[in-house]
Amino acid sequence: MSASSIFIILVSSILVNNFVLSRFLGICPFLGVSKQVETAFGMGMAVTFVMALASLMTFMVQHFILIPLGLEYLQTIAFILVIASLVQLVEMIIQKSSPTLYSSLGVFLPLITTNCAVLGLTILNIQMELTMIEAVIHGVGAAIGFSLAIILFAAIREKLEYYNVPEPFKGFPIALIVASFMSLAFLGFTGLV
Amino acid sequence: MNIEIESIMYPVLVLGGLGFVFASGLAYASQKFHVEVDPKITEVRDVLPGANCGACGVPGCDGFARGVVAGELPVDGCPVGGSECAEAVAKIMGVESKGLTKMVAKVICNGDSTKCKENFVYEGIEDCTAAALVRGGSKSCAYGCLGLSTCVRACPFDAIEITEEKIAKIIIEKCTGCKKCVIACPKNVIDMVPYDKYVVVACNNKEPAKVVRPKCSVSCIGCKICVKACPVDAIGFDNNLAIIDYEKCINCFICAKKCPTKAIEGELDRMKEAKSRKKLSS
Repeated sequence: MSASSIFIILVSSILVNNFVLSRFLGICPFLGVSKQVETAFGMGMAVTFVMALASLMTFMVQHFILIPLGLEYLQTIAFILVIASLVQLVEMIIQKSSPTLYSSLGVFLPLITTNCAVLGLTILNIQMELTMIEAVIHGVGAAIGFSLAIILFAAIREKLEYYNVPEPFKGFPIALIVASFMSLAFLGFTGLV
Repeated sequence: MNIEIESIMYPVLVLGGLGFVFASGLAYASQKFHVEVDPKITEVRDVLPGANCGACGVPGCDGFARGVVAGELPVDGCPVGGSECAEAVAKIMGVESKGLTKMVAKVICNGDSTKCKENFVYEGIEDCTAAALVRGGSKSCAYGCLGLSTCVRACPFDAIEITEEKIAKIIIEKCTGCKKCVIACPKNVIDMVPYDKYVVVACNNKEPAKVVRPKCSVSCIGCKICVKACPVDAIGFDNNLAIIDYEKCINCFICAKKCPTKAIEGELDRMKEAKSRKKLSS
């Protein structure tokens, strides 16, 4: 496997096919945990950990268990099982290592379990017929893309607090508008790879 | 019918096996990453009502338990649990509870559609906050209950109903005193009264009798008969409205009987019931 293909996978998953802004996966934490850069960063790191490990684990589950036994139709439920366990693990680790981050992530941490970005990533890995290393790189890339989107978004939302937004647009509406502009901006990367 | 046993066995075994492997991994991790939680927090959490209503001011019962154990919140800070809950929490924390009187919400208006005149017909959104924006609502009395269910929707315990005469009534047995309706009401016509007092001034109109009398037949007209009649001087007057001092009130019902407009409401049945219950239990 060449360095260029790694680079292509990374660029494509971070910028061109950004999970949040191009594939529209994982919108829930994107909107929910993006009020502060710090928590957004924590969320990004948690998702990175889960995505990287989930790519590896689901690849192994798919290729060493499901395919040999001809049980590909169990893909979704088996992957959810893997993701749920990983999220639980991450939750325990964060609770132990950083109680402040744990309380600020709140309900969104267990919600990574049902985060479509993670499930979408693992299923895309299989659909794109990636090798194990490529799958992990794709997972890391997707997670970096997610973190990039959520941190940029959080930074903009932090700034928005100081601006004189018209009353009807205050809070959530303006956040949605900002998200749509970011999505448009990321559209500019189309055709890069 | 010929079912291949493998087609059922394999999925079950695979998923069961995966589940078992992950579960044991998690069990190990939970040991390794175990966080010491103050056992008092769990104990306090267990005696709380668990409605997560937020009436105490912090989000959820878990937050309240943490706050109490940290000493930031009072042991009797949970208005929903009442005195029983406060005592249980105090016992865990090893302090004396001051004995919280249970407060319940009460709509201090009896001016329903048969008693209070309407200024106009309101045909907007069925919501008091919305209705109050239109010249203060359709009622001629600017202080009265509009009966458009804003409090019903705010109540997490289904303790409020709207009567046929379009006025909110609180079902006292269901009320936990969380004050959600008090906050939600745009007319500020819901007040907190002690659960064990059975007389209440059910009028919120602060206008003089001359103005209010033509509008509503059950308003307080400021005649001060109750003030004179009260044997324990528990009734005062402010803004043309009688005010009962519940610290002094002895539930004698004299004010409720003497009130010419029946603006002082006495819940005789509820008191009798409470008394008979007390007798039974003793």
